[in-house]
Amino acid sequence: MKHPMPLNWRKYAERYNLYGTRCETCGTAFFPGRKICPNCRRKGKMVEEKMPEQGKIVSFTRVHTGPSGFKHETPYFLAIIELDNRARLLAQIVDTEPEQVKIGTRVKRAFRKIMEPDKKGVISYGYKFRITE
Amino acid sequence: MEKTKIVVGEKMTKVVVVGTGITKFGELWEKSFRDLITEAGIRAIEDSGLSGKDIEAIYGGCMASGRFIGQEHIGALIADQLGLNPIPSTRCEAACASGGVALRQGFLAIKSGAYDCVAVGGVEKMTEVSTEEAGFALGGAGDQEIELFHGATFPSLYALLARAHMNEFGTTEEQMAMVAVKNHANAMHNPNAQFHREITVEQVMNSGYVAEPIKLLDCSPITDGAAAVILCSGKKARELGLKGVEIAASEQASDALALTDRKSLTELNSTKVASSKAYKKAGVRPKDIDVAEVHDCFTINEIISIEDLGFFKKGEGGKAVEEGKTSLTGSIPINTSGGLKAAGHPVGATGIKQAIEIVEQIEGKCNGRQVKNAKLGLAHNVGGSGATAVVSIFRRWGK
Repeated sequence: MKHPMPLNWRKYAERYNLYGTRCETCGTAFFPGRKICPNCRRKGKMVEEKMPEQGKIVSFTRVHTGPSGFKHETPYFLAIIELDNRARLLAQIVDTEPEQVKIGTRVKRAFRKIMEPDKKGVISYGYKFRITE
Repeated sequence: MEKTKIVVGEKMTKVVVVGTGITKFGELWEKSFRDLITEAGIRAIEDSGLSGKDIEAIYGGCMASGRFIGQEHIGALIADQLGLNPIPSTRCEAACASGGVALRQGFLAIKSGAYDCVAVGGVEKMTEVSTEEAGFALGGAGDQEIELFHGATFPSLYALLARAHMNEFGTTEEQMAMVAVKNHANAMHNPNAQFHREITVEQVMNSGYVAEPIKLLDCSPITDGAAAVILCSGKKARELGLKGVEIAASEQASDALALTDRKSLTELNSTKVASSKAYKKAGVRPKDIDVAEVHDCFTINEIISIEDLGFFKKGEGGKAVEEGKTSLTGSIPINTSGGLKAAGHPVGATGIKQAIEIVEQIEGKCNGRQVKNAKLGLAHNVGGSGATAVVSIFRRWGK
């Protein structure tokens, strides 16, 4: 995988602190943030907004064949999470027993290293999620 | 202000597939990218009875030649290798739907009146790199920044769709396995298929998880291959006395790259939109279709897609497979070629291979996998996890 330093740097607010956007015209929250609201287009008004830290699992899988950077973690859980403002994101579920991972389970954001460093030594950090119930 | 009147019916240009050419699909160590495109291209031209000088333009589907063989600028390469310079040659890329998109561009080019005869091809040479590098190249069909970055693989994205479908409708892993079993059985009758080996539900169930609930034998393979078709306007085909199959409609739709931006995880909206438009343009209904090639990159996608294409009600796809409704002798035979699963999936070539299978079914050339009296067929090609879908409908061409 290639993750150039400037890309990581541009994504600090999004990946470290869950900053996205909300359209003030229709009220929809977007993560990651978008420049244009797909519902309202130019009638929309996008403002930056911090996403809630909690949500629930909408769907999940357990990856047994991981790409480079993730091999040491296999098998790992990957889930689509709906945050409490209805924005959705894809993230790993960590610190859990397999039987705890179910559709509807409540989860909370954790700050983690995402993968093993690439060849240039760049370490990518970001969000993973833990089960709270 | 006067509105432009759209002319429909007999006066509208018809698009006819007058020739088809395909290579063997598989791990073709002895064949290069260039060998594949020339083999498929020459076969298509010879099958049509035309000569290279009749071809006015080329559209070529190819997903990731840059990652697979370090070669871009595929459009010009195809024209050059086929000895067709200086006609315009354009590469079309839409991940695994690259071939379907190229077919539609060729279809539109003739519909528009710009050309009377074009060649459309698709190609992928995937075995020059390791399985891991191939996985990374294919991952480019998803969203790099918010899916692949977090450890998503291509099978894992379809696994998320599979889990949602199982949760909502009770679809089972055995029903998914039955898709693979059926498609391997069909491929036994397709000489160009990658696999000529029947498999059992038990073998699929024991093949090991790649991304739960998707197992190794739920996945389409890594494949080398190319396919090409020659398209002519109805007028030109009549003048030259050519035989062929008409493309009655070819429609395309887009959706969010990332699954997290989709409205539903149990359907592909792009398939629903493209197919409903295609049925309308062709003036037919889903139940009129005699045979269909459906994008089974993973077995769950055949189940989701036969629902989204309107062959079965939402949630009843798994049951339909289990009841044999999609087998060769069922009410709507699906993937007679063996599908992506067993015929192989050279990504850029798949959309063209699907079209060729439907054309040959309508021409009655499919021998052991022939659907009796197939008059109307459909090809469904998906890019990524559903961000692009192309649906084309084919029918017998009456001169």
